[in-house]
Amino acid sequence: MELLNALIALSNFVLVPAIAYGSQLALGALGVTLIYGILRFSNFAHGDTMAMGTMVVILVTWWFQSMGLNLGPLPTALLALPFGILACIGLLLGTDRVVYRFYRAQKAKPVILVIVSMGVMFVYNGITRFIIGPDDQRFADGERFLISVRDFREMTGLEEGLAIKTSQALTLVTAVIVVAILFWFLNRTRTGKSMRAYSDNEDLALLSGINPERVVMVTWIIVAALATVAGTLYGLDKTYKPFIFLQLLLPIFASAIVGGLGSPLGAIAGGFIIAFSEVTITYAWKKVLSFVLPESLEPSGLVQLLSTDYKFAVSFVILVIVLLFRPTGLFRGKSV
Amino acid sequence: MNDMLRNTLLFVGIAVLILGAGFVQSWNTALLILNMGLISAIMSLGVNLQWGFAGLFNVGVMGFVALGGLATVLVSMPPVGEAWAAGGLRVLGGLLLGGLTIVAAILLFNRMSPGRTRGIAVTVLLVVGFVIYRAVFDPGVAAVESVNPAAAGYLGGLGLPVLLAWPVGGLLAAGAAWIIGKTALGLRSDYLAIATLGIAEILVAMIKNEDWMSRGVKNVIGLPRPVPYEIDLQNDPGFVQKATDLGIDPVTASSLYVKLGYGLLFAAVLIVIFILAQLALKSPWGRMMRAIRDNETAAEAMGKDVTRRHLQVFILGSAVCGIAGAMMTTLDGQLTPGTYQPLRYTFLIWVMVIVGGSGNNLGAVLGGFLIWWLWVEVEPIGQFVMGVVTAGMADGSALKEHLLDSVAHMRLLTMGVVLLLVLRFSPRGLIPER
Repeated sequence: MELLNALIALSNFVLVPAIAYGSQLALGALGVTLIYGILRFSNFAHGDTMAMGTMVVILVTWWFQSMGLNLGPLPTALLALPFGILACIGLLLGTDRVVYRFYRAQKAKPVILVIVSMGVMFVYNGITRFIIGPDDQRFADGERFLISVRDFREMTGLEEGLAIKTSQALTLVTAVIVVAILFWFLNRTRTGKSMRAYSDNEDLALLSGINPERVVMVTWIIVAALATVAGTLYGLDKTYKPFIFLQLLLPIFASAIVGGLGSPLGAIAGGFIIAFSEVTITYAWKKVLSFVLPESLEPSGLVQLLSTDYKFAVSFVILVIVLLFRPTGLFRGKSV
Repeated sequence: MNDMLRNTLLFVGIAVLILGAGFVQSWNTALLILNMGLISAIMSLGVNLQWGFAGLFNVGVMGFVALGGLATVLVSMPPVGEAWAAGGLRVLGGLLLGGLTIVAAILLFNRMSPGRTRGIAVTVLLVVGFVIYRAVFDPGVAAVESVNPAAAGYLGGLGLPVLLAWPVGGLLAAGAAWIIGKTALGLRSDYLAIATLGIAEILVAMIKNEDWMSRGVKNVIGLPRPVPYEIDLQNDPGFVQKATDLGIDPVTASSLYVKLGYGLLFAAVLIVIFILAQLALKSPWGRMMRAIRDNETAAEAMGKDVTRRHLQVFILGSAVCGIAGAMMTTLDGQLTPGTYQPLRYTFLIWVMVIVGGSGNNLGAVLGGFLIWWLWVEVEPIGQFVMGVVTAGMADGSALKEHLLDSVAHMRLLTMGVVLLLVLRFSPRGLIPER
């Protein structure tokens, strides 16, 4: 019984949040890794792309809410998601046309493109703040919990409760669907295959008649969808604040690099590795340990390895360790 | 000679812009822009050292600037005796133990032969070391932070003259840069970028949360100043007499006097760093750095130790940023860890370097002044433009209010557009590298 309680407490405070956070990071990292694989630069504007897409979702959600449109227990944001994705696609394709294409034609060095993406980041960030402001925005509605702590206790009669937020369940389900579609697309369709070919060897791909502009366009479309979904899920689960997405850049990049830049599978693995380490290391283990250990050994402190303010340090340390011992990442990404 | 004329004109242009702020707004504003412009110019010299000379992509400027700020507190604030008595030595002992653990782990890792035993031994050492470190460190921190938390709650500094904090800030930043450089240099350029991005976040998180060291978000206020206080000047009959002779109100005069004092100090530092950077650029060392930047493989084939040179220039550039950070905190008179944000302290400096002209020290200085002027003046200009745009709209309409409220966010947008335009149409900056 004690062990079961410990397990429930562990799931409630560590497993469930980490799985949700990991899915969000994985979706973000997939976007970064795709851009890296196809366009060959680290996109610093990715966090703000997420913020932009999510902003459109929020605006449309508010509009729907004002019209009384909703999905019952599910958040209205799901209904608004396609609009956000469309707007984000338009935005990214527009940016590519106006900004990135010029440097692609010049065959500029990757680091120049990184600096260009810094400029894009400024612009996106400015636009987001201009339209929706720098403050917290609430747009979650519908049923808040799938299972609340009290329901769970009544159902099982256990001392510890387990709460699963709708947003957390939704995150996992959406992430699984999106990833499944993405992998199907990359592995089964002609366009997906041409994308992978282009990523593996640009010259060979060009020789076999693959149109690079088309590949790039498809990449931006996919990235827009991924970024909007990731940002919306993160916003539903935690909070929407333009500034947060800039801070998410670090764990997202860490996920992508840990998994191996350019490797989609690696990005997913990296996302979960980073999320789980962050949550386990910053979690106060006192409660779980007090269930497992005999009374005499019960810890007096919180048994928290690091305070939550240092969660960036966790992604950073993992990043450094991986870079030192396996510079191409766990899944052997590229190293251009 | 043509270059010379062009550069002179550009700098005259900057002077006109700042003087313009003085005539249109107030001389106080103009001096504020000038002072922060001087500091920005130093920061952008630091980044130019790394990027322009050596092609190192450092996006952790904020961290080094914040370390410089921390140095100001550690050097100039008077020590809090009670806190030292309560747990000062314990805290230092804990830190020492933590540091020793890491050093021991690295030594062990290098000494033992690769294999599973080594992995286990290093892990065990790290875990045991961490537990001991926390056991010593945590009670000390709790004791220090419980000493008069409203006014102190930290160890204070050394109580030395504040000017000493500037070089110390540089040293602190250099130390941090050494650690980062040791791990991240020699990897790909993107990796260095991400690593520096991370270390900057961690450094700022430390300054924000380690209350025993920097009071965290409670801020340290009332840092000592290298220049007299306005109130003392206003009470000094000699000064008031001079001010009235010049026909300036004594209150304004005192504030201008103080700002000018800061400006002279900052200008002195800028000139020294600029001359040094210029000498470095023209020296064989500078030519070697640029050779490495342009073709690492060729330079390596010529027998240059690329990673070592990179480490060197990375440390130097970061130290310059640290010095500038210490100067900035001195100017503010307070350390406010909550205000360190990457867009303002990292990416804005990058805009300065790129716009000014990477690889050219004069360009970096120009960029520092120009972009800082723009950063400050975008708001009033935006207000004016928005006022014109919304003039035709009905008063009290939601759109008009939203537009007027959003002027404050024009800054980032403008910076982004400026950066993109320069990169596109004049990628070598206003004063290109020669």
